[in-house]
Amino acid sequence: MKNSRFDATVLTLGFAFLYIPIIILVIYSFNASRLVTVWGGFSFVWYQQMWSNQGLMDAAWVTARVAVISATIATVLGTLAALTLVRFRKIPGRFLFSGMIYAPLVMPEVITGLSLLLLFVSLNVDRGFWTVIIAHTTFSMCYVAIVVQSRLLTFDRSLEEAALDLGCPPVKTFFHITLPLILPAVLAGWMLAFTLSLDDLVIASFNTGPGATTLPIKIYSQVRLGVTPEINAICTILIGLVALGVIAASIATKRNEVRRQRDEHAAAAG
Amino acid sequence: MAIDTLSPQPQPKQEPVIADPSRRNPARWLVVAVPYLWLLLFFAAPFVIIAKISLSDTAIAMPPYTPVFEGFGKFGEFFSALDFENYEFLASDSLYIKSYLNSLRIAAISTALLLLIGYPMALAMARAKTSIRPILVMLVILPFWTSFLIRVYAWIGILKPEGLLTLLFQSIGLMGPDEQVQILRTDYAVFIGIVYSYLPFMVLPLYAALEKLDNTLLEAASDLGCPPWKAFWRITFPLSLPGVIAGSLICFIPITGEFVIPDLLGGADTLMIGKTLWTEFFNNRDWPLASAIAVILLAVLVIPIAYFQNQQQKAG
Repeated sequence: MKNSRFDATVLTLGFAFLYIPIIILVIYSFNASRLVTVWGGFSFVWYQQMWSNQGLMDAAWVTARVAVISATIATVLGTLAALTLVRFRKIPGRFLFSGMIYAPLVMPEVITGLSLLLLFVSLNVDRGFWTVIIAHTTFSMCYVAIVVQSRLLTFDRSLEEAALDLGCPPVKTFFHITLPLILPAVLAGWMLAFTLSLDDLVIASFNTGPGATTLPIKIYSQVRLGVTPEINAICTILIGLVALGVIAASIATKRNEVRRQRDEHAAAAG
Repeated sequence: MAIDTLSPQPQPKQEPVIADPSRRNPARWLVVAVPYLWLLLFFAAPFVIIAKISLSDTAIAMPPYTPVFEGFGKFGEFFSALDFENYEFLASDSLYIKSYLNSLRIAAISTALLLLIGYPMALAMARAKTSIRPILVMLVILPFWTSFLIRVYAWIGILKPEGLLTLLFQSIGLMGPDEQVQILRTDYAVFIGIVYSYLPFMVLPLYAALEKLDNTLLEAASDLGCPPWKAFWRITFPLSLPGVIAGSLICFIPITGEFVIPDLLGGADTLMIGKTLWTEFFNNRDWPLASAIAVILLAVLVIPIAYFQNQQQKAG
């Protein structure tokens, strides 16, 4: 009993710590007053200002495109990398390969950002939209690889083996059997890569160029000049979008899970 | 129901012993080669270049460094142009050494704080009812999905002198009407920001380790008269050590090179190496020196990174 009261207190305090700053940020985006400490009444004035701020809107559009493209490439590469890690254990240089998958997860962003920039400069590549995409793809594919790898490790290979035994070519087996089975992890990986790209300031700052200012770079430059409720407004919209995405994804996985369990029961029963 | 229990249990998974028919398939090589080459080109090769440029001289040009390697014809020149000038400069100016040491200090203290806050949370989550555990995990992950920058930004409004914390303290009488909290632009603000941002990364590995814990061990200990705190130190904590190590490394390594948090929440005297590197690169445009800073930072972190990889490979 004593334990459970302690646990409840710890969790309440912990989650309060995690959520109160975000909640305050959202509340103050609807504040009519410019001052953070004064509540001037409920209003959408900062949302209107944000909407008419061309620079902010351009940055949002760049960020959305970068995130979709880099998440998609990262998902393909990350899934291939996960297959390599799990299925082809005896490739030459496996240690180097898995090192290159795990290192970006903890590597300080200033190092990754700067070193990639120097590569682009020495290859004489103009920095801009595509260099940011390459940079984001490179670190987020590692996250995708980890997510997909954990699914591949707990995955029943008998269906795949059956297909191969019956003469189904490996590539076809992958698309018809393996991919549908690991799809939830692949989609989760895509979402993770998408948010990582949406979120990144440091690596994008190093690798961006004229005309490719992303939203975090824009937000950062405005935040350095001081807190403005306009930033609260755009942050609130981003939080709302992410929350919607996460809730939708969790409902979808739950539904899939229920369906799979029902199918398995049906198969076992009959 | 009876059919359910009678149906054969799924066989434990085995690596197939039969020859894999895909072994001679060209697609197999494509699967390996595409991500491998991508990472070699965009992750590994840049480290060679950064090492090279850290040895070159600063030039006021675009790119702002003297190229040290131009074709194989100038091989002799290539080696003669290399020098350790940037590294000598780093060692001579105490600003850089202080930055490295202070980053390590801040990362170590933050990691300890994260463990102190994250461990009770993870333990409470692992002890919660099985039905609510997924919700708790979701609640820990959700802030991670919202932007890092936004979460750091949220603290500026709370911590600044005319911010919400001052308002709160004044309204409950802890502070007079003309007093203000002086937290923003100090190391305390940096610690708050780091603990806040990295908490999910600490809680999740700890939870993963604690959730696997076999409860019968604790029951046995309590049946044999072991007091709960002793049972915790003799059973729970040692068994959760892999989670403690994983969580600490996942936090410690990136915190050492952190830029956004010390820049937005810390003061001018909050020296952290990520911030110093950023200033050298973007404000002073000294690319070779910034590269040298990055190379040394990598050298400082190579042991924890290698340890982390080793741990992950064992787990994976």
